[in-house]
Amino acid sequence: MVILAIDTSTTAITVALHDDSDVIAAKSHLDARAHTEWVAPLIAACLDESSRVPADLTAVAVGNGPGPFTGLRVGIVTGLTMAHTLGIPAYGICSLDVLAEQAAPIVDGEFVVATDARRKEVYWSRYAVRSGSVERLTEPAVDRPGDLPEEVRSLPTVGRGPVLYPDLFPTSVPVLDVDAAVLARLAVTRSKAGEPMPVEPLYLRRPDALTTAERAAK
Amino acid sequence: MSAEQPLVLGIETSCDETGVGIVRGETLLVDAVASSVDDHARFGGVVPEVASRAHLEEMVPTIERACQQAGVELRDLDAISVTSGPGLAGSLMVGVASAKALALSLGVPLYGVNHLASHVAVDIVEHGPLPEPTMALLVSGGHSSLLLVPDVTSDIRSLGSTIDDAAGEAFDKVARVLGLPFPGGPYIDRAAREGEVTIDFPRGLTTGRDMERHRFDFSFSGLKTAVSRWVQAREAAGEPVPVADVAASFQEAVVDVLTRKAVLACKEQGAQHLQIGGGVAANSRLRAMAQSRCDDAGIELRVPRPGLCTDNGAMVAALGAQMVLKGRDASRLDLPADSSMPVTQIQA
Ligand SMILES: [Zn+2]
Repeated sequence: MVILAIDTSTTAITVALHDDSDVIAAKSHLDARAHTEWVAPLIAACLDESSRVPADLTAVAVGNGPGPFTGLRVGIVTGLTMAHTLGIPAYGICSLDVLAEQAAPIVDGEFVVATDARRKEVYWSRYAVRSGSVERLTEPAVDRPGDLPEEVRSLPTVGRGPVLYPDLFPTSVPVLDVDAAVLARLAVTRSKAGEPMPVEPLYLRRPDALTTAERAAK
Repeated sequence: MSAEQPLVLGIETSCDETGVGIVRGETLLVDAVASSVDDHARFGGVVPEVASRAHLEEMVPTIERACQQAGVELRDLDAISVTSGPGLAGSLMVGVASAKALALSLGVPLYGVNHLASHVAVDIVEHGPLPEPTMALLVSGGHSSLLLVPDVTSDIRSLGSTIDDAAGEAFDKVARVLGLPFPGGPYIDRAAREGEVTIDFPRGLTTGRDMERHRFDFSFSGLKTAVSRWVQAREAAGEPVPVADVAASFQEAVVDVLTRKAVLACKEQGAQHLQIGGGVAANSRLRAMAQSRCDDAGIELRVPRPGLCTDNGAMVAALGAQMVLKGRDASRLDLPADSSMPVTQIQA
């Protein structure tokens, strides 16, 4: 089996292939504004490098976000379309879980993942590493970093939150962007455990517009 | 692949319609569209983020439906084409990414094509090969363009376009002024049929200097303002607003300018054929006036059926098939979505 993993929820456009025992190819490109351009060529490059063809794929896993909407959708629609075209399942995984997993080897106990949500906000979630395994303690949310409780902000913080708001997140963990290789591993683990992995974009914010009724009520 | 009858799937997501069409050569097999217009009606206009979310939800189901209805397996496709611009950036990206995923998975060429050129090409599956040159008047909520088209796959020249609001936008705005729902086009058309042309609203860019500097350009913003002033004056005087007459008079002004300039362009450029496309082409008065003016001028009018005039995937597939038939190079896998792609650039 070969799983293709794609994530476009952070600054990295990241793609990886996993053959059930290990990651066999992984490529990332850092550019928060060029998802449409990069995703497909990176997938083609991973396939080439590992001497595989699309027909070899047995599943696709995508990062559900949360992340800036436009880029996030590019990864998800790419994964969904490939899965449909190839007749294979598509899995979705919360991208903050992937970042937490990436940080697990270098943190201990409780920590927070905080990524760039633009508009002076962060997507965030609380986690804990206990005896090597990661547990999510809160549901993903979007807030102004200054509105998070001090006890949350002072935890070791994974993601670009501390890069953007160093005064508010004083304890930075050097894991900034999602790595699809880790997303692929997580997908393999969860799929073996029989966990449901629906693909659904985590927007966490409603579209930025008022209905005519709401405008009239103002 | 069958070089003579390439099987091409086209994807269109430049605004609020998720369109997937499949053509074989110059024959339309299916035109599947999922519209989010009802979602936007609540907001009184197209909200880009609402449109993008709907595209993501509808993309794969629409591809699936198109294939089922056409009795086509994805693996039988010879090429994929997609609108790469112009349009709403976030919406375009969903279609472009999906098209790349299809092309990559199937190992077939991908053509990123211009939305406006596709509006012209769609008439091939309706009325056969395009006469060369064809004059095309494209009028919708997003565009108002007059194009001379010597070859829809390689040579499109812009003669003029709107300098402010698009024609369809003017319909939406005037509908709002008259208390009619969104999208305004069909409601104004319906109201106008009950009314008469009683008010002489301004025809933008049609006199003197304007006909030198903006010979084939359009302007609808002044007209919209004139309508809303007229309505306000009525209301201020405590008199009822004759909605049907205002709708008819406004519509007459828009249609008069569009058809007058289009026919003039045909005469001056030596085009024997005028094609009208875009959502506003569904307007009954536009069709009628264009027909009578073309008849008078000895020009053949070609208007695809309404479902093919609005944004759809069939038009993108139709242009994609022409690209294959004419041996054009495929686009690269790193092609971008270009929200401001110029009409003269037919392929990305
Ligand atoms: Zn259009």
